[in-house]
Amino acid sequence: MINIVFFAALREQLDCSDMSLNIDDTKTVNDVKQRLSDNNAQWQQIFSNTSLLSAVNHDMVDGNHPVQSGDEVAFFPPVTGG
Amino acid sequence: MSNTEISIQADDFSLADEVALLEKDNVSDGAVVTFTGRVRNNNNGNSVTSLTLEHYPGMTEKSLAKIIIEAKERWQIGRVKVIHRIGELHIGDQIVFVGVTSKHRKDAFAANEFIMDYLKVNAPFWKKEKIVTPSTAVGDKTQEMSESWLDAKNSDTNKAELWS
Repeated sequence: MINIVFFAALREQLDCSDMSLNIDDTKTVNDVKQRLSDNNAQWQQIFSNTSLLSAVNHDMVDGNHPVQSGDEVAFFPPVTGG
Repeated sequence: MSNTEISIQADDFSLADEVALLEKDNVSDGAVVTFTGRVRNNNNGNSVTSLTLEHYPGMTEKSLAKIIIEAKERWQIGRVKVIHRIGELHIGDQIVFVGVTSKHRKDAFAANEFIMDYLKVNAPFWKKEKIVTPSTAVGDKTQEMSESWLDAKNSDTNKAELWS
């Protein structure tokens, strides 16, 4: 299983803060994103936003980063702290 | 205090207390540079009444720790303290604190700015602002409240890239 978390505007758009996904043949962050997009047309549109950032186990990574069972994968908009 | 401290907290902080901690039993560093960020009453021409800050617990601390380690590799610095507040904040409230000590001022100045610049683009915080806009209807003096997530600024990304 992969644990997936969403933050800020993305969490509100999806109306979802976290979910689990069976690993199946998911190999990369981009694969996770593709599977989330497959959910429905709204999610597909939301995840087509190229400015979304991703993290695996609390490290910012790009879409080619590998994922494995037990990982926490996060998606969120560009950050605005400070 | 230990040489690096990171605190994500809802509570306010005292600049004087933080400086005292950076200086306590630290006689080898002659420079103390601090930065405090506060909530402005305006953003993009809108009248802001409050902000709500969300973060990603766990990743926030890890990303700040990485930024501080990188600052310590680049400059000769002593102690570093970073505080970032979360939750609802109002105009004039303190949001963020970065304090750095070093033997001489140059390192502390540079490291402090570097930490702030990287925090702005790498630490997972998000601001949602409440803004007030006067009604556009003639004779209507009521105000409309709205809430929206802030967009990230290209200028912050460009500023951080100057260090690479």
